[in-house]
Amino acid sequence: MQGVNESRFIKNTREQALANPELAAVKNSETKKLNLYQAVNEALATALATDEKAVIFGEDVSFGGVFRCTMGLAEKFGKHRVFNTPLTEQGIAGFGIGVAAVGHTAIAEIQFADYVFPAFDQLVNEAAKYRYRSGNEFNVGGLTVRMPCMAVGHGAHYHSQSPEAYFAHTPGLKVVIPRSPIQTKGLLLAAIRDKNPVVFMEPKILYRAAVEQVPVDDYTLPLGKAEVIKEGKDLTVVGWGSQLYVLERAIAMAEKRMPGVSIELIDLRSILPWDIETVTKSVNKTGRLLIAHEAPQTGGFASEIATTVQEHCFLRLEAPIQRVCGWDTPFPLVFEKFYVPSAIRCFDAMERALKF
Amino acid sequence: MGSHGHFRARGRGRLGAVSSVYTEKLEFLTNYPAIPTYRVLDVEGAVIDESQDPKLDKATLARMYECMITLNTMDTILYDAQRQGRISFYMTSYGEEASHMGAAAALTNDDVIYGQYREAGVLMYRGFTLEEFMNQCYSNERDYGKGRQMPVHYGTAKFNFQTISSPLGTQLPHAAGSAYALKLEGKKACAVCFFGEGAASEGDFHAALNIAATTESPVIFICRNNGYAISTPAKEQYRGDGIASRGHGYGMDTIRVDGNDALAMYNAVKEARRIAVEESRPVLIEAMTYRVGHHSTSDDSSAYRSKQEVADWQKNHSPITRFRKYLEARGLWNEEQEQALRKDVRKRVLKAFSAAEKLKKPPVEDLFNDVYDEMPPHLAEQKAELVRLMKKYPEHYDASDYAASKSM
Ligand SMILES: Cc1ncc(C[n+]2csc(CCOP(=O)(O)OP(=O)(O)O)c2C)c(N)n1
Ligand SMILES: [Mg+2]
Repeated sequence: MQGVNESRFIKNTREQALANPELAAVKNSETKKLNLYQAVNEALATALATDEKAVIFGEDVSFGGVFRCTMGLAEKFGKHRVFNTPLTEQGIAGFGIGVAAVGHTAIAEIQFADYVFPAFDQLVNEAAKYRYRSGNEFNVGGLTVRMPCMAVGHGAHYHSQSPEAYFAHTPGLKVVIPRSPIQTKGLLLAAIRDKNPVVFMEPKILYRAAVEQVPVDDYTLPLGKAEVIKEGKDLTVVGWGSQLYVLERAIAMAEKRMPGVSIELIDLRSILPWDIETVTKSVNKTGRLLIAHEAPQTGGFASEIATTVQEHCFLRLEAPIQRVCGWDTPFPLVFEKFYVPSAIRCFDAMERALKF
Repeated sequence: MGSHGHFRARGRGRLGAVSSVYTEKLEFLTNYPAIPTYRVLDVEGAVIDESQDPKLDKATLARMYECMITLNTMDTILYDAQRQGRISFYMTSYGEEASHMGAAAALTNDDVIYGQYREAGVLMYRGFTLEEFMNQCYSNERDYGKGRQMPVHYGTAKFNFQTISSPLGTQLPHAAGSAYALKLEGKKACAVCFFGEGAASEGDFHAALNIAATTESPVIFICRNNGYAISTPAKEQYRGDGIASRGHGYGMDTIRVDGNDALAMYNAVKEARRIAVEESRPVLIEAMTYRVGHHSTSDDSSAYRSKQEVADWQKNHSPITRFRKYLEARGLWNEEQEQALRKDVRKRVLKAFSAAEKLKKPPVEDLFNDVYDEMPPHLAEQKAELVRLMKKYPEHYDASDYAASKSM
């Protein structure tokens, strides 16, 4: 993916990786060069090693999964803990709920986020409401459902979607999307150990493209917390997953073409619950906001952020909140470059906000 | 009648299972007998029971064989094209050619087809041309799907072949609904739905077979049991006697067929069609075959099955070789014809291929068309925004590979 290798958010050395205050607990850890799918694998191996009640399952996971995320785990931890399921997403989600309902840790893989919809009923009506409807007699906090999401350049309708907003509309679920290998390991372990069902979406284009020095020790990163990954004073930009690298390039263009301007970039990380405080604090500083995501604009998560920020920062806003999103069409194969919120589109909207 | 019904309800298994009788023996059913596999040809292409030879005319047999070779050749060339980066994706039908042609030959073009993705041969038999296949795989301006879906997602109203959709199993209930509509229209036609043994694990499989049975819809469900769903072998997919054994549970006429035997497929589908259309009942066919190729160009099957296993199947169970031997034994085919056909097919495939490659992509305006029958205002606004961006930043929106848009 363009811009990932050169990204300033990618930690290429141990020192860079461990400079992150969120990693203070492992500041003496060794680090290891891993790409994002290997970081998933590390997190899963750590989960299996530290929680004897954890199991991993899904379509094709026992040979390593179609993206190699579960490679070697069945051999290392046993076929009873890492196993193939029949080809049924509703079954996978429902089975995971059952595993979690009796106190075990269920880590389910849905092969593509585009194929999560047969599991929608189980996740939205069952997993999300399990605790509430039972008066907290039962919960399925042990459930984590992983799935690859977002564009890859040739995925068309059904290997490209970003369905985070559907799940964000569901009280009781948590929704998390990481941007890099270090983030992935920490957020995935946090998701697995969190006491609520978590939908964990992995930007598949980064599986191989994003490589970092990842701490070897066991660590988690906080759910529900955004991260300011670049500070600035004139405009707040919010994104998640692989879109952050697009936004980084757009910001570079804007700061170059508008000397003196500085732009703040926030990785939302958790879509639900989301970090209103970090975002509104930033907008109260900059007075301007842009949100970008690949999912279609109408009803996308940008709408929720824009509304909340408008409520919290109305008097501080100096320009209309900008949304740069996928158009309101299915995700189209040959038109992908015209469809996505590309760097130039994001730049254009940044300029519009800054020159308003 | 009334008292008889009353007696039955008391004497037998009540409303939910009206033909069940009471028993005082505590006995769980287990060890069900395995459903046999119907065949006409042995592996050497010899007819085992002459009464089962459908005695198809020469032209039909030739078309079936030519289509098998054409599909096989097209698969080889398009698979390689993907490896060379000329198309973005491909899926071959290696090893399953006979089931496509046997089924296709037994149907009429009024029968509505729902495919999964590995049934290109059915569409080819109906007359979809090499050019049409290539245009779809190249996502060029002549692709009926307007370049929006991945390669192999064919579809055309002309041949009653509903457009392929990647989510597995979703087409099964559609087929039941279409079949019901055909019945309402009084059409002498059925719906035919292909799917893999993996897809049969989806909830939609159950939904479809049950609703088809209760609505008495004229639909033929054809499961291609090729042993694998990507890396997952059939033994991790289900524990019953294949997919066919489920037919009983739905009260559905069911048969298991040697899917590598084109004539067995033909006979089974022909009779299934009669049952569906004449007697208005759904039918389940399980075609036993083998996925000789990798799942797709994104897969390397050596990670989960031995090369020897594949080689054995290719050597001993090639459906094409078997059918060819049948033709040869009847004096309908010889080596000379074989050479000529293969040469001609290769030439035609390559020609269609380079023609498709030269065509432009569909016009960019097609990004916004067909979301609805008419474009709603919010989409028109988004389209205008893209037009503005493309004008302002032409270096970022190179559309020279795309056909000219009329409206933007
Ligand atoms: C709902 C859904 N889940 C997962 C996938 C990913 N996927 C594509 S093909 C495939 C295997 C299908 O196997 P089978 O139905 O046996 O058909 P075959 O490929 O063997 O012809 C899987 C898991 C999908 N396309 N749709
Ligand atoms: Mg299969």
